[in-house]
Amino acid sequence: MTALAPPRLPTILPLGLARGALELRRFFRSRETVVFTFALPTVLLVLLGSVFGDHAEAQGVTSSQVLAAGMIAAGIMSTTFVSLGTDIAGDRDDGTLKRLRGTPMPAAAYFIGKVVLVAVTTVAQIVVMLTVAVAMFDLSLPDTAGDWLTFAWVFALGVVGCSLLGIAISSLARTARSASAVTQLPYLALQFISGVFVNPITALPTGLVVTASFFPVKWMAQGFRSVFLPDSMAAYEPAGTWELDRVALVLGAWCVIGLVLCLTTFRWRRGQDG
Amino acid sequence: MTDAAISVRGLRKRYRGSRRPAVDGVDLDVARGEVVALLGPNGAGKTTTVEILEGHRDRDDGEVAVLGTDPADGGRTWRARIGVVTQSATDLLELTPAEAVRHFARYYPDPRDPDEVLELVGLADAPRAVVKLSGGQRRRLDVALGIVGRPELLFLDEPTTGFDPQARRDFWRLVRALAAEGTTILLTTHYLEEAEVLADRLTVITDGVVVAEGSPATLAGRQSRPALVGWLEDGRPRTEATATPSALVAALGQHFGGEVPGLSVRRPSLEDVYLELLSAAAPEPALATAGGAR
Ligand SMILES: Nc1ncnc2c1ncn2[C@@H]1O[C@H](COP(=O)(O)OP(=O)(O)OP(=O)(O)O)[C@@H](O)[C@H]1O
Ligand SMILES: [Mg+2]
Repeated sequence: MTALAPPRLPTILPLGLARGALELRRFFRSRETVVFTFALPTVLLVLLGSVFGDHAEAQGVTSSQVLAAGMIAAGIMSTTFVSLGTDIAGDRDDGTLKRLRGTPMPAAAYFIGKVVLVAVTTVAQIVVMLTVAVAMFDLSLPDTAGDWLTFAWVFALGVVGCSLLGIAISSLARTARSASAVTQLPYLALQFISGVFVNPITALPTGLVVTASFFPVKWMAQGFRSVFLPDSMAAYEPAGTWELDRVALVLGAWCVIGLVLCLTTFRWRRGQDG
Repeated sequence: MTDAAISVRGLRKRYRGSRRPAVDGVDLDVARGEVVALLGPNGAGKTTTVEILEGHRDRDDGEVAVLGTDPADGGRTWRARIGVVTQSATDLLELTPAEAVRHFARYYPDPRDPDEVLELVGLADAPRAVVKLSGGQRRRLDVALGIVGRPELLFLDEPTTGFDPQARRDFWRLVRALAAEGTTILLTTHYLEEAEVLADRLTVITDGVVVAEGSPATLAGRQSRPALVGWLEDGRPRTEATATPSALVAALGQHFGGEVPGLSVRRPSLEDVYLELLSAAAPEPALATAGGAR
């Protein structure tokens, strides 16, 4: 009899994709989560957009169009940072992570699964918000390849950075119940100081703008304004230009910081498990 | 390769913020292919011990080898060889049992057929979401996920809690089949009958310390305990403990001139011996104290 080589452990990527499929199935089966995940930023966009109305900002651009560009940035933070932060805290609390830890599933597959989940939900979120903005506020979609390219990299860097930060902050929450408070606070605060609700951003006190400049939302919003608004609107930015190089720099830096935070703070166990 | 599946020496663990250690110097050996049951009252330290062996918790002190590896640095290959059924989990709610078992099978190099596993635990026709399963059905799913990877060593922490009597008997059959295939099993349970049926060896812990060890038939000198002979005399039940039950029964037969009314002869049950052991280890049960203080 020939000795059989021991069967090999499954490779990581297919496992990660299988986890992604499972995560999506779980997500779309819990109707409440689906409705509230997508509804919150969209409803805010509709409400605020209607309040601001078609008050003309300048250059034939309305306040609600400026708002829409910023709200898309906030929408990304909602489906990545807020969702992942609470979702993973929930996985820790309900025994999901503990069960997985008892199997040979590698941590990387778990994270790939979450990335797949977040990528799909965020794209869906953005499609919903763009549809609303185009239909209600006459937002025009970018018409040059360059603008679409900018949209793509701002989106990608924003999603990756905010997702990693969401994974990291999930470890800060002691329980799943506190996780939604822990994630909502930075989410709401950053929206207020990053020129999402208040436009132009220069209308905010300088201290707040400086603070916001250390975080991703301000730069995502600025990047999306460069995509959806005419270039003449750059005059309303703090620097008077879109500063796309700086957008890339700050968002890229947050991807790195987020990854480091994830790797150093992620824990499989609940705090009290010892 | 050694013959020990589990080898533990001087295991200690104290949770942060608690004054007494949960596990206070436990030694434990489980040979390959053996089925060992860990017994002990609530809070004795069974789960703490088992979860340290599974790599779920850190220990403060002691030497631990599980399949030759320290669980604190067990990697994927090691995890593929163990199966874990923990005491409490409320996850997977949106999936069906079949989806969950099929998915978990993918994690392992040489899994069992998921449909077969579902059949084995009696969930083959439970197409509903896990959130709608009964407590016992959920527990069966936990067991299914624990065995789908064809583990060499299986940890079962109170696996049959919430099982109805039929399900428990089915589960016993499953465990014996796994043991017959050579699976090593460490289980905890509060059902003495279950321990007696399944385990080759029993280890009793209280307050984080091993107080007795032995086979179900010989634990705490059970085999040499006097037999209990019971009968009815003048309509009232009588019991007598004796080392020579046959002689007593013969004497009773003469006394009654034939059939002895309500005759029974029994050895102390595992539960009798176990409860005696515990009351010897802790003379004042906590519940009685609480009741007296009221
Ligand atoms: N996460 C924890 N943090 C603090 N103390 C804990 C923790 N888990 C268990 N303990 C304590 O450690 C002791 C042993 O608990 P353990 O769960 O190991 O007992 P057990 O024998 O499994 O009990 P049961 O039969 O009720 O499952 C108990 O006093 C318990 O209160
Ligand atoms: Mg326990």
